[in-house]
Amino acid sequence: MRFLTAGTRTLLVEVGGLEEVGGLHESLRDSPPPGAVEFVPAARTLLVTFDPAVTTRESLSAAIAARRVSTTGPSDQRLVEIPVVYDGADLAEVARATGLSSREVVQRHSAGRYTVAFGGFVPGFAYLSGLDPLLLLPRRPVPRTRVAPGSVAIADQFTSVYPRESPGGWHLLGRTETAMWDLHRDPPAFLAPGRHVRFVEVQP
Amino acid sequence: MIEILRTGLLTTVQDLGRPGHAALGVGASGAADRGSLRLANRLVANVESAACLELTYGSLTVRFHAPGTVALTGAPCPAALDGRMVGMNGPIHVQTGQTLEIGMPAAGLRTYLAVRGGIDVPPVLGSRATDTLSGIGPTRPATGTRLPIGRAMDGYPVVDLAPVRGYADDVVLRIIPGPRDHWFGSAALTTLCSARYEVTADSNRVGARLDGPPLQRAIHHEMPPEGMVTGALQVPPNGQPVLFLADHPVTGGYPVIAVVTDGDLDQAAQLRPGQSVRFRPARTNLVTSATARHPLPQPAGPPALDPRLAPGT
Repeated sequence: MRFLTAGTRTLLVEVGGLEEVGGLHESLRDSPPPGAVEFVPAARTLLVTFDPAVTTRESLSAAIAARRVSTTGPSDQRLVEIPVVYDGADLAEVARATGLSSREVVQRHSAGRYTVAFGGFVPGFAYLSGLDPLLLLPRRPVPRTRVAPGSVAIADQFTSVYPRESPGGWHLLGRTETAMWDLHRDPPAFLAPGRHVRFVEVQP
Repeated sequence: MIEILRTGLLTTVQDLGRPGHAALGVGASGAADRGSLRLANRLVANVESAACLELTYGSLTVRFHAPGTVALTGAPCPAALDGRMVGMNGPIHVQTGQTLEIGMPAAGLRTYLAVRGGIDVPPVLGSRATDTLSGIGPTRPATGTRLPIGRAMDGYPVVDLAPVRGYADDVVLRIIPGPRDHWFGSAALTTLCSARYEVTADSNRVGARLDGPPLQRAIHHEMPPEGMVTGALQVPPNGQPVLFLADHPVTGGYPVIAVVTDGDLDQAAQLRPGQSVRFRPARTNLVTSATARHPLPQPAGPPALDPRLAPGT
């Protein structure tokens, strides 16, 4: 566990990987150390914001370092299915870059069993882990300024669905009608950390 | 009730934001210059977190449909109530039917208009803040919008005029290195703390995009996404830092070389496009193991100016 400084009242706690982040986040969220006010889990890090009137960087770091973290914590075992029309703008390019055919890209993506690792970027955007290693590509060198809502995309070790129109640098494989974010729903996010997900190919 | 007769570049309803939803991908948002929003609320004896209007480059005309008390803080704008000039940073008493016309600020970027009782649009996830990145929050006020006034009062206005700091042309913001300063070459922090960076025109509530000497990375592989904070200086591949403001994304995939201290965030939110900004390390003992590897430039005296970037050239 490594503690990095991120401004006046935030720590960036770096750990080994997704499972450790999940375990640490769960432990801290369920019984927060004094003064810890907000947590942002991500791929290898947990961002911890604290109230300097209550605690110090040193004592908070010590409290976090003392946590015994389970990496096999309980996750939500329900499986949700997301129907996808695989006609994304980058399908051919992903096929070329990975040395697969477009058909194989679709088959490998829809065969995956994914787990929601963490959220971020914009509300409802979920980073799903479990991507086929053959589909691992860096983000596009120049991000698009507009990606349509419902776009199903991959980048690095993750896949996701863009909840709303936004800029985006991921490779677009297809689209879904399933709303990722709806403020009239409780909770508004369709995919919460720990949830299991599969993508099901449908015809347009 | 107040009625919007004319808006400028961007007028939004803001309060102190909605912290606590970051794990869902929802940022805190809220006033970019939080100190000015708090002051505006205190001047009209509202609770500090009451919702106000945040004006970008001023330019707003409103009509009051009830008597009340209002206050303007932040970037100083000329303002007139039914044609009679009124000042910044003090309570202004208004009568039913009167019109307040706010012009453009000579310095600074964001002005706050508080109304006694607070703007009472429906809260979303516990806040009336407008998050321009995620689209969460109230509808943007436009000509003809009528905004209800609430009862978020706390006592009675007692101060006639609040002293405030002025707006300097030459802004220096204090930074704390990290969390990813070790992803950059050893010269990058020195460059950041000695050069001038110009705020570019594509800056907004998400961030101030800066233009200056590029910050060279030493580690070139992709960074896994990680949590971002307000004040972060995130460095995309072109080396030009982006200073994250109130509506920044909750996570980001480019390394953050340093973070502007909490105490200087309000000043950062008042930087206007075309203005230049400098950075210097905060006097702090918060040096991490990672930052200890790079000696920091010392905050002794103003850094040498690059003559090409001197004012007036």
